[in-house]
Amino acid sequence: MAFMTLKQIDVSYDKKKQILKGLDLEVEKGELVSLLGPSGCGKTTTLRVVAGFIEPKGGTFTLDGTDMTKVPVHKRNFGLVFQSYALFPHLSVYDNVAFGLRTRKMDKGVIDQKVTEILKVCGLTELSGRFPKEMSGGQRQRVALARALVIEPKLLLLDEPLSNLDAKLRVSMRVEIKRLQKQLGITTLFVTHDQEECFSISDKVAIMNQGVIEQYDSPENIYQKPATEFVARFIGFENFLELSPVGGQTYQAADGSRFVVHMEWGKEPFAGTIRPDDICLAEEGQKDNVLEGTVGVRTFLGKSYQYEVNTAAGILKVNMGTERIFNEGEGIRLYLPEDKLILVKK
Amino acid sequence: MKKNKFLTGYAVVVFAFLMIPLVIITVTAFGGGSAIVFPIDSFSFKWFANVFALKSFRQSFLTSLEVAFLATIIALIVGIPAAYALSRSRIRGRQILKSLFLSPTIVPGIVIGFILYQFLILAFRIPVFISLLAGHFMVTLPYVIRVVGSAMEQFDFSIEEAAWSLGSPKGKAFFQVVLPNVTSGISSAFMLAFINSFNNIPVSMFLTGPGVSTFPATLMNYIEYNYDPTVSAVSVLLMAATVIIMVIVDKTLGIASLAK
Repeated sequence: MAFMTLKQIDVSYDKKKQILKGLDLEVEKGELVSLLGPSGCGKTTTLRVVAGFIEPKGGTFTLDGTDMTKVPVHKRNFGLVFQSYALFPHLSVYDNVAFGLRTRKMDKGVIDQKVTEILKVCGLTELSGRFPKEMSGGQRQRVALARALVIEPKLLLLDEPLSNLDAKLRVSMRVEIKRLQKQLGITTLFVTHDQEECFSISDKVAIMNQGVIEQYDSPENIYQKPATEFVARFIGFENFLELSPVGGQTYQAADGSRFVVHMEWGKEPFAGTIRPDDICLAEEGQKDNVLEGTVGVRTFLGKSYQYEVNTAAGILKVNMGTERIFNEGEGIRLYLPEDKLILVKK
Repeated sequence: MKKNKFLTGYAVVVFAFLMIPLVIITVTAFGGGSAIVFPIDSFSFKWFANVFALKSFRQSFLTSLEVAFLATIIALIVGIPAAYALSRSRIRGRQILKSLFLSPTIVPGIVIGFILYQFLILAFRIPVFISLLAGHFMVTLPYVIRVVGSAMEQFDFSIEEAAWSLGSPKGKAFFQVVLPNVTSGISSAFMLAFINSFNNIPVSMFLTGPGVSTFPATLMNYIEYNYDPTVSAVSVLLMAATVIIMVIVDKTLGIASLAK
């Protein structure tokens, strides 16, 4: 059994609106798992169930073999970092960090030793006498992290911890979080809506939609092989083609053009999908995986142009370099490489 | 510039309108005659001496302090948890409860006073002092709930959640984390409630009895029978006390904390 297990978790605020629907999630010890999804998908609710702020209507949450579903927040021993940092405004950095140790009635000397050590690890030694309002966002975030880590939590829960920081700081903070998490080996749940952040930091990613996990996999697999149309759309697949099976790995579009795909599909409804970046121009004589169309709107994206191409299989978005520029109304032959065109569940 | 001059003039007029009565009262307090006249014909401190000489003034002043202090403390004890519950819970009817708690500011004080007189003193024969305290508690509670409540609503709820997650049970976290961060709200609530209780006449009028009278009630009684500058002297003393308190508040908490 996995270190942390959520099993059939149901959460609803009132009778009509169900926030989480039979959610399952398994996390191995020491892993950093991200919950990624659009706002309202239930990712924060999931985190709050784990933290103990929300009691689920149904289902169980077990950690290290113990049922934690009904354990009150203050007895869970989880470290939490909030989007708003949630530092205690009336306490200094040192006292903020020491708070969790003092509630555990630890010996003064032990507290001092632990606080000093974690402040050092988080690069906060110089700031220990400061108050929250005297610090920058990045510094506050590190205090929040130190405060959560010093209690040696069984789980570290991060709720969009980087979204209030500016872009540059966000990148350096996420590297720091990853470093601390690996160094201390703490199992971590990370809630975010930022894909880049999520892919760069996570061992595994759970893509959530409307209260269920659509796909739970490594960042690489999610990026390259999304399982459902929702996940594909969410991570930047913008073109979806109606395909029907011809046999083996060959499929057919509405206009009769043939596509070879490195996947076989069962009975479930599906669609073919490809990123705008992965479509290129077809060469003379190429027959498979080729679509003919006319160029529509052209948008300049900086290092490339994006064209909307009208084809028999619908409008495709195609990103192409600036060396050959197409004008509106021009005919174009597109090649959808067989290793880039994938099938997803509808 | 023309507009500016007009505004300055306007401000001066309004300010004068507010200040002139205070100036007149202050001047009349030092008059030597036995009636309030302005300007004064002779100078004397005797009316100030009279304030302290009158036993009813001394007694009712202490009663007023006592009632204001006790009523405010009780209002804080009741009002702070109520304000917390109102700002945190998402129960239905929260708005109704909120307006219910604030209703004593809408219902005329004279009505509250009369009702309490009917029930507490006539029907249940509760001692006058206790009834008076109950009345003042009703008058001060809305201020506490209002001011402390708005301080609590501004307080980030996740700070409290952070305390829970660090091992502090809910009740303890309230004292460790919530209260220390709404102290300015609590002290402003205290000041507002205290001043309102101390100044209150309509409720007190019904709830005074033999030996128990508040300062404003005694003062009103006195004016009915004596038209001498003692009243002016009292006003000057009260104004001076208010100024001193305000200066102390400004030096310690900052005057802005009252306006929050």
